[in-house]
Amino acid sequence: MEPTTKTFNTAASRALADVRLQQAHEVVYNGFHRARIAAAADTDEWEAQRTLGKAIKDHTIANLDYYLEMLADNVEKNGGNVYFASDGEDANSYVRKLAAQNDVQTVIKSKSMVSEEMGLNHVLETDGIEVVETDLGEYIIQLAGESPYHIIAPAIHKTKEQVADLLAEESNTARQETAEQLTRQAREMLREVFQRADMSVTGANFAVAETGSIVLVTNEGNGRMATSMPRIHVAAMGMEKLIPSVADLSAMLRILIRSATGQRISCYVTMVNGPRAHDEEDGPEEFHLIIMNNGRDRLLRDESLREALNCIRCGACMNACPVYRKVGGHSYGWVYPGPIGSIVSPVFTGLKEGHKLPAASSLCGACHEACPVKINIPRMLLELRSQTAQGDPDPAQRASGFGERMTWKAWRQGMMSRRRFDAGSTVGKIVTSPLKRDGWLTKAPPPVSGWTASRDFPAPAPKSFGKLFAERTKAVKDD
Amino acid sequence: MPKVGMSVVNILESRGIEVHFPPDQTCCGQPAFNSGFRNDARPVASRFLDIFEATEGPIICPSGSCVAMVRNFYADLFRGHPDDLARAQNLSSRIFEFTEFLVDVLGIDDLDVSRDTDATYHRCCHLLRELHVDEQPTSLLNNVNGLDIKPMERDEVCCGFGGTFSIKMSEVSTAMLDEKLDNVQATGASTLVAGDTGCIMHMQGGLRRRGSDVKVVHIAEMLDAKSDLRRCN
Repeated sequence: MEPTTKTFNTAASRALADVRLQQAHEVVYNGFHRARIAAAADTDEWEAQRTLGKAIKDHTIANLDYYLEMLADNVEKNGGNVYFASDGEDANSYVRKLAAQNDVQTVIKSKSMVSEEMGLNHVLETDGIEVVETDLGEYIIQLAGESPYHIIAPAIHKTKEQVADLLAEESNTARQETAEQLTRQAREMLREVFQRADMSVTGANFAVAETGSIVLVTNEGNGRMATSMPRIHVAAMGMEKLIPSVADLSAMLRILIRSATGQRISCYVTMVNGPRAHDEEDGPEEFHLIIMNNGRDRLLRDESLREALNCIRCGACMNACPVYRKVGGHSYGWVYPGPIGSIVSPVFTGLKEGHKLPAASSLCGACHEACPVKINIPRMLLELRSQTAQGDPDPAQRASGFGERMTWKAWRQGMMSRRRFDAGSTVGKIVTSPLKRDGWLTKAPPPVSGWTASRDFPAPAPKSFGKLFAERTKAVKDD
Repeated sequence: MPKVGMSVVNILESRGIEVHFPPDQTCCGQPAFNSGFRNDARPVASRFLDIFEATEGPIICPSGSCVAMVRNFYADLFRGHPDDLARAQNLSSRIFEFTEFLVDVLGIDDLDVSRDTDATYHRCCHLLRELHVDEQPTSLLNNVNGLDIKPMERDEVCCGFGGTFSIKMSEVSTAMLDEKLDNVQATGASTLVAGDTGCIMHMQGGLRRRGSDVKVVHIAEMLDAKSDLRRCN
């Protein structure tokens, strides 16, 4: 997927002006966010569960090479193939070759964010292959020609009426009304595709190193269909998505599902242990696991950002984020929106392209509080801001403007001496005094004009606290 | 907001505590740090350490955000600067947010103050989620005689201030503020109480622009019997 992270501000303005989108965002707080809080409150020792989840991921990422090798060995032992892809193009060419070799006509997909990174659907369609998403939300946005709005609920921004139009147009059948009717309609449309598909491409919520299994968490059963019906199953995962053992899986599923949807367990949890064995009656003939880097090594190398690899893609940070709930998923301009996307995307695109995203945060900490593996997202956003301003190891990626750099230099000069600090306040008082009305400014020059466009700004107080305190201390002494 | 500082002084002195104000102090460095300009923030933060290292006793700050800067973020600011890092770690055990100091250190959650008004409380982000100071201000407010506290929807959600975020991402910040102010006004309370000066400035600025009479006060003012609770400016 081509990033458009640079245009965050204009995309955000558009979303803010869209009344219908703003209504859709309410579902994120009232539905998902509240459901997560309720599920956490209902779980014994929730904080201890989060601590355990963080420990499992910390350990795995610290020993990533060891566990990746274990995973690859075990997948191969189970009769599957493993491909380490350096980037999206590399992964795409693997799938294309596989499809060509096997004369694949139709590919069905179960939800996979890594395939969004790859832009796989488009590439396969260029080769003349039919690609159909089978997760209902993904299917809807595929019909609409859009990208996922949210990693768990890709079509959350679509109304029932829009879905009805899309399904009616695609199926050439009557337009349906209720959610039940629409689901049935989509089910009938997809059932036919399931039956003729040659190949499936799925994601992986987890890969278990010690057994060589991949694990899919779904609510619609499409994951189970996609991994059992077509001849060939390809799973694509980010190289950070593995965990050591089945015991760890139990701990991780507990926090993933509660954090994602507030359910105690999803309707389906599918474990895939490779292709059909000799004594088995169903399952795919071939199984391929694509393990994707695509910039993740940059996170791994940078100690201050490494924790981002602990992410289990539950979406809780998006649901908790007051910025996401205003600007929506498409404003972020790449595959992963919201707080975690604001770390992952700029590292993928480079800060020159992606620096708007770490700036798009009030640092309120709601994401950190919601994260099931306690990723300190605000800390990493600050880290990326610092790399943008001054510290990126690659000077070409530093994206701060000359004016901004000078402003902070001047600020520093002012703060390094109380005399200059007071002098600055005096100047501020003089400059603003003709503009203020009962102590407040309704208009101010840039950069404060960004504030006064919608809010009054307090004029400097007549006397500083330091002065008031000194006067009072003197008065007490004189008494 | 000099009035906030004076209310802090009044309350501490009423409990027999001698208050000093190192007159040379300026800033902890947070604005530059939050904007990514760590090279500019670092000397200012280092100067903060110099000034407060020369003092004794607890350091009280009526702003959760500034305390969080010293306690949580100096570790990142001074990464690779071991001397300042060690100094920061020493100093951070002495610094307290105002309500945290009253309740956790002095053991006071009732200041025996009376107010004949209603109010609603906004739980400021850094106080709540960086310092985990939440029960302290709540119990102090609950123990104000006669104060009618109106519960607010989404009182834990950010007001959209976020320092330079409010200017750099003005539109997004304003949308967040609008949601917050709708929830404030829906309580019908005449007064909004909060614990962080940046958020107070933001919310009061927004309420004024709306033409609302709701006044925003710092919790120290609400708890200070000598304060007239006039609009903060």
